[in-house]
Amino acid sequence: MIAFGQFTEVLLGGLLAGFLYSLVALGFVLIFKASGVFNFAQGAMVLLAGLALVRSLDFLVAKGFPYWIAVVIALLFAAAIMALTAWVIERFVLGPLVNQDGLTLFMATIGATFIIEGAAQMAFGSDVYPLRLFPTDAIFMFENTFPGGILVNKLDLWGAAIAAVLVAGLAVFFQYTKTGRALRAVADDHAAAQSVGIPISWIWFVVWLVAGLVALVAATVWGTKLSVQFSITFLALKALPVLIIGGFTSVPGAVIGGLLIGAGEKIAEAYLGPYIGGGIEYWFAYVLALLVLLVRPQGMFGERIIERV
Amino acid sequence: MIRKTLAVAAFAVGAMAVAAPAMAQNEQFLPSLVYRTGAYAPNGIPFANGVADYWTLINERDGGINGVKIVFEECETGYATDKGVECYERLKGKGPTGAGYFSPLSTGITFALTEKVPGDKIPLLTLGYGRSESRDGSVFPWNFVLLGSYWTAADVAIQHIAKEMGGFDKLKGKKISLVYHDSPYGKEPIPALEARAKKDGFEFKAIPVTHPGVEQKSQWLAIRQDRPDYVLLWGWGVMNSTSIKEAAAVAYPRDKMIGVWWSGAEPDVTPAGDQATGYKALLLQHPAGKFGVHGELEKHVISKGKGAAKDDFAHVLYNRGVLNSMLGVEAIRTAQKKFGNKPMTGEQVRWGFENLNLTAERIKELGFEGMLKPIKLSCQDHQGADEARLHQWTGKEWKIISDFYTADRSILDPMVKDTAAKYAADKKIAPRDCAKES
Amino acid sequence: MLYREVGQFKTTYAADMAMFPIRQDRVALWLVLLVAFVGIPMLSANQIWPFGSDYLLRAILMPFLILALAAIGVNILVGYCGQISLGSGAFMAIGAYSAYKFGTGVSFPLPFAGFDVSIPPLPMLFSILLGGLMAAFVGILFGIPSLRIKGLYLAVATLAAQFFFDWVFIRVKWFTNYTPSGSVNAPELNFFGFLVNSSIEKYLLCLIFVTVFAFIAKNLVRGNLGRQWRAIRDMDIAAELMGIRPLYAKLTAFAVSSFIVGVAGALWAFIYLGSWEPLAFSIDRSFQLLFMVIIGGLGSILGSFLGAAFILILPIMLDQVPHALGVPISVETVSHLVFIVTGSLICYLLIVEPHGFAQLWSTAKEKLRLWPYPY
Repeated sequence: MIAFGQFTEVLLGGLLAGFLYSLVALGFVLIFKASGVFNFAQGAMVLLAGLALVRSLDFLVAKGFPYWIAVVIALLFAAAIMALTAWVIERFVLGPLVNQDGLTLFMATIGATFIIEGAAQMAFGSDVYPLRLFPTDAIFMFENTFPGGILVNKLDLWGAAIAAVLVAGLAVFFQYTKTGRALRAVADDHAAAQSVGIPISWIWFVVWLVAGLVALVAATVWGTKLSVQFSITFLALKALPVLIIGGFTSVPGAVIGGLLIGAGEKIAEAYLGPYIGGGIEYWFAYVLALLVLLVRPQGMFGERIIERV
Repeated sequence: MIRKTLAVAAFAVGAMAVAAPAMAQNEQFLPSLVYRTGAYAPNGIPFANGVADYWTLINERDGGINGVKIVFEECETGYATDKGVECYERLKGKGPTGAGYFSPLSTGITFALTEKVPGDKIPLLTLGYGRSESRDGSVFPWNFVLLGSYWTAADVAIQHIAKEMGGFDKLKGKKISLVYHDSPYGKEPIPALEARAKKDGFEFKAIPVTHPGVEQKSQWLAIRQDRPDYVLLWGWGVMNSTSIKEAAAVAYPRDKMIGVWWSGAEPDVTPAGDQATGYKALLLQHPAGKFGVHGELEKHVISKGKGAAKDDFAHVLYNRGVLNSMLGVEAIRTAQKKFGNKPMTGEQVRWGFENLNLTAERIKELGFEGMLKPIKLSCQDHQGADEARLHQWTGKEWKIISDFYTADRSILDPMVKDTAAKYAADKKIAPRDCAKES
Repeated sequence: MLYREVGQFKTTYAADMAMFPIRQDRVALWLVLLVAFVGIPMLSANQIWPFGSDYLLRAILMPFLILALAAIGVNILVGYCGQISLGSGAFMAIGAYSAYKFGTGVSFPLPFAGFDVSIPPLPMLFSILLGGLMAAFVGILFGIPSLRIKGLYLAVATLAAQFFFDWVFIRVKWFTNYTPSGSVNAPELNFFGFLVNSSIEKYLLCLIFVTVFAFIAKNLVRGNLGRQWRAIRDMDIAAELMGIRPLYAKLTAFAVSSFIVGVAGALWAFIYLGSWEPLAFSIDRSFQLLFMVIIGGLGSILGSFLGAAFILILPIMLDQVPHALGVPISVETVSHLVFIVTGSLICYLLIVEPHGFAQLWSTAKEKLRLWPYPY
């Protein structure tokens, strides 16, 4: 029973961690879906959103605003910063690069990563800034069934709930709004979408804005977990295997990929790690992703790749 | 065309930067390898501020070291080894006599520079970090792992655990785990802890955390299941606060956690908030808080607006930076006694380090009473001290909770000797004979 | 005027197939080689500006040469064969650690057979080349998935190699000869009795490696193999229909690329760093190499050099500009500005010339052909 309890605990912890990964992965998917750009800047955008949020929040609280009002204003401020970022990226980086191939666009987003990281730290500081938006204490479940109970962190539950709401919201947005449908049309074929009168630069702005807002949501959760600091950009690397398991173009895929990666790597670390020295979860996630790709080269939920000569 | 012009301009300016401008002859150049950006910046900034402020103090108050003004320049390494090597090459030749000494504040950069300093004859001051075996001055003539190595830290941590438990005999059969940064920095203490485990009969387990340490859930779930009696923490940067938070999440008592002196500063505990209360860490002799020297700093540096410190003034890592600079400056002063009051070369500074002898009176005079015990170095011994104590985070401040422990040299010295001998054999270094040198 | 090949007749097949068919190119190449092999060492030996200190040699030129070599390796895979890799850092690490093992003696216990396989320390040159061979071997292994996985999916999949080897070299103590910290020191650089110690010797050593491999690479990519690679890059299905075996073409690209990257890794560790840990070959290194290749120009050997120069040297120079001009801003701000400026320049370059410096260079050559006349 103890062994089963431990296994459940690791599995649950992994699944919840997976939700947090998918929060970051979602941003990648959105932009890839709508513009075919593999946006490496997503990690930097989480940092920027987090810094903008926490610094303005600290400032407002110091000025004597009530906490919840300060939170709302800070969120709005951070959202405005993300909108500005989206506009700048669309206007000055991606706009001039329309119709370039994927690798060039990918490189451009890496250039954007540098700019965002530099500017964010210059504007808001490079220290560590604690953020406390969600409760972080642990709760113990099933204490009667398992000795010691099963430990779950409240923050992880919040993260999972937020990810679920986000995915539902995005699904509705893509499926039922005019802009959402336009986004899918642009993703399918830039030129064709343009020819039926869809304003492509507006659409790209919207998608970067949405990705920026997703980054802001990720920043609230991850900022509470890790405090807002530069290391938050490393999350991008944890989101990549999630992305390839789920497929670059699938919103539900990002969540399911996150769950698979989260559970897989935690179970591997807990049960395989001790035999081979530990610290294996980073590469294990990627090897898992590689194995999935060998079976399905487009990821589990990605669109089928059709090749013609 | 604009692009080309810009490129040419950038290169031209860069080339000018390479050609060192003419310098006044009575200046001591001291380089400072810092990281004020990147993943480890929260810990790098206060240290760099402390280093800079003490040098400014010497210039402002005394007009330099015996009249030799200190000129210093910072170079951003971002904690990356290759960038650190570039900074070293950039700064080593500046000033009339070249760089006095280097303090990279990174284990990786220290390892790389250890290979380079013998050729350039510049001492490497690594205060409480770097190669543990570089205590052996006969094999590592240029490394000064002053005040303590990771092995000292490991030994003292175990001694404290034994004391809390009520004696070394109580350690038998107990479990002690080490949560460490998966890099040479984190791995250094393992041999010392293994040696201790063998001697004292406790069960030792090393749990790695992958750089930079943002994801530690599985490690702490394993600790929750394994229930070690104590957890030693060997982290840096974001890893420390994440460890404390995860420990809180799995309800591991924080007062059973002992961090190394690089895991026991304000940036490590404040992000964890109340969860960090009770967390303990080693002290590299000096605690946080204000001492004699801080009054001088406030009077001559901070109040004049020339200080680098912000709200990190008198924090743990800031004080360590101040201490680092003081030891370097005193080494130069010692060297000046032999070679005259002029800028010292790296080789002369090394002589100064090897003959550094800070008595209790001198320490008091410098305003470091309570931060440092008397220390004396020699050609053979490049560490000079084996003492460390512990402090605990009360939720608001660090509070000292123990007396000084002295690391057990009967365990560590043979390890230093063996590892240094192996290094000497690998690199075909003939150890110097310290008996022959004055 | 200056750059016009009019009147240069090729009378033999050999001349037609020359590596640099235009005389001006040959002259320029010889001049560059002359400067690199004779001029710079001479200036440096006599301490003439800007080689008064060995800063330029040790902190700029040496890393530039080594990373340019690595970039050539990456360019073969990414630029010529079209297989995007983010695992180059890992292959550098494999080269470095294998060379270290061969250079310090390999001892491999085989308990079931009852004896140890042990190889005495090999000469430095063989160690480095064997390091490259090991990297090539692992490269082939990790190249196999490329037969099924394509494009950006492959790029992310190669990260598996990156993270796996980061872990292997930090965890498996055998690779580090059981040093307590897991950090290793390069053995002495003994090339058949000649000890490479001074900056000039080290620089020349790097230069020899880079020159030799650049020539080999240049010849490989314009030969049969290179044509196969490019056919695969341009459209792999079409290439397959034309009778090119994707298995052979892709795996040779992985092997050759990893070999060169591995040799560069060994040089980086032995000559530039001297003592290293796996963090020296982290994912950042992989990204850096990919930048060099893309900014320099995919599918161009010259581009690898230009890209390496841009990505490596630009931030270092930018970092020193404010200090050299005496502008009193903190290193913190400078470092952020370097990030912003480097990022902006990368974006700007991609917008102006998505095909990198190499394309700019050929455009310039086209223009030079007519200059100073408009037509």
